Amino acid sequence: MELTVNGEKVQVADGLNLSGLLAAQKVENPDMVSVQVNGEFVEKDQYGSTQLQPGQEVDFLYFMGGGA
Amino acid sequence: MIDFTEEQLERYSRHIILKEVGVEGQSKLLQAKVLIIGAGGLGAPIALYLAAAGVGTIGIVDADVVDLSNLQRQVIHFTADVDRPKVESAANKMRAINPDVNVITHQLFAGAENILDLLAPYDFIVDGTDNFGTKFLVNDACVVAKKPYSHGGILRFTGQMMTILPGETACYRCVFREPPPPNSVPTCSQAGVLGAIAGMLGTMQATETLKFITGAGQLATNSLVSFNALNMDFRKVKLKRQANCPICGDHPVITHLEEAAMPLCDLKAKH
Ligand SMILES: [Zn+2]
Repeated sequence: MELTVNGEKVQVADGLNLSGLLAAQKVENPDMVSVQVNGEFVEKDQYGSTQLQPGQEVDFLYFMGGGA
Repeated sequence: MIDFTEEQLERYSRHIILKEVGVEGQSKLLQAKVLIIGAGGLGAPIALYLAAAGVGTIGIVDADVVDLSNLQRQVIHFTADVDRPKVESAANKMRAINPDVNVITHQLFAGAENILDLLAPYDFIVDGTDNFGTKFLVNDACVVAKKPYSHGGILRFTGQMMTILPGETACYRCVFREPPPPNSVPTCSQAGVLGAIAGMLGTMQATETLKFITGAGQLATNSLVSFNALNMDFRKVKLKRQANCPICGDHPVITHLEEAAMPLCDLKAKH
């Protein structure tokens, strides 16, 4: 199925859940990101049970703690 | 509106000619009070541009002294400033750029016990801090004190910012619920940062500050603006204020300010 991940179209396996997408997109550590699916935040403990649907928009928002 | 001197009309002529700023906007800038937390990579360009723009009162907070390893990106500090307090070094350059500006130095760490007092006299706060403990504290304090503020973060070749109007628009915790577990996200001292990235993001934060004061355009609220300079991709992801946000939501669970304990490597990374 096709998803839009961080603004880009990507092909992923049908039936993939959010945990699987994080792994497929090489987000090594889920603690590094907040995730929105179609503009709604998904709690970290829901990643495994969030089944993705074709056409959904997924955004990874990375923690950036630097500034000095 | 204030009366401009001939010299001020000339100094600020490129602002005054902008229809979004004009003499009214410049007058607002000269009467504005902005607090910059951190006189480092982000604080440096923020302080330089806000001083040049004629922001009338600029407070700057930092406990540290200038270190040789800062000079690769903290462009407000010069080689001769090594070992000088950062706030003194910064204030010196800001006053030299623009004598109209009243610079107030706060040589201390912003912590849970002093942050509300620090914010109180200011209209707008700019986060130029370098660790999650302080970033979350700045957010929580700005929400509690209802101070509009600019969040900024950088790492390696990337940067992110958002502007927060507490009570109206999404806050930092609406997006990033709580500080990540220690060492799950590297700091700049562990992972590095390209010096000019601090300039890119810091000038974006300075721009938001000037827009807030003058009322020009639309602020980067309810969105996270981020870029990756390796391919020069810029993105703006829309967000919403979260009803279940622990600090700005309908039923806040954070009732007193607290700094998350940060691992030693983060504390050492403060400069
Ligand atoms: Zn919030």
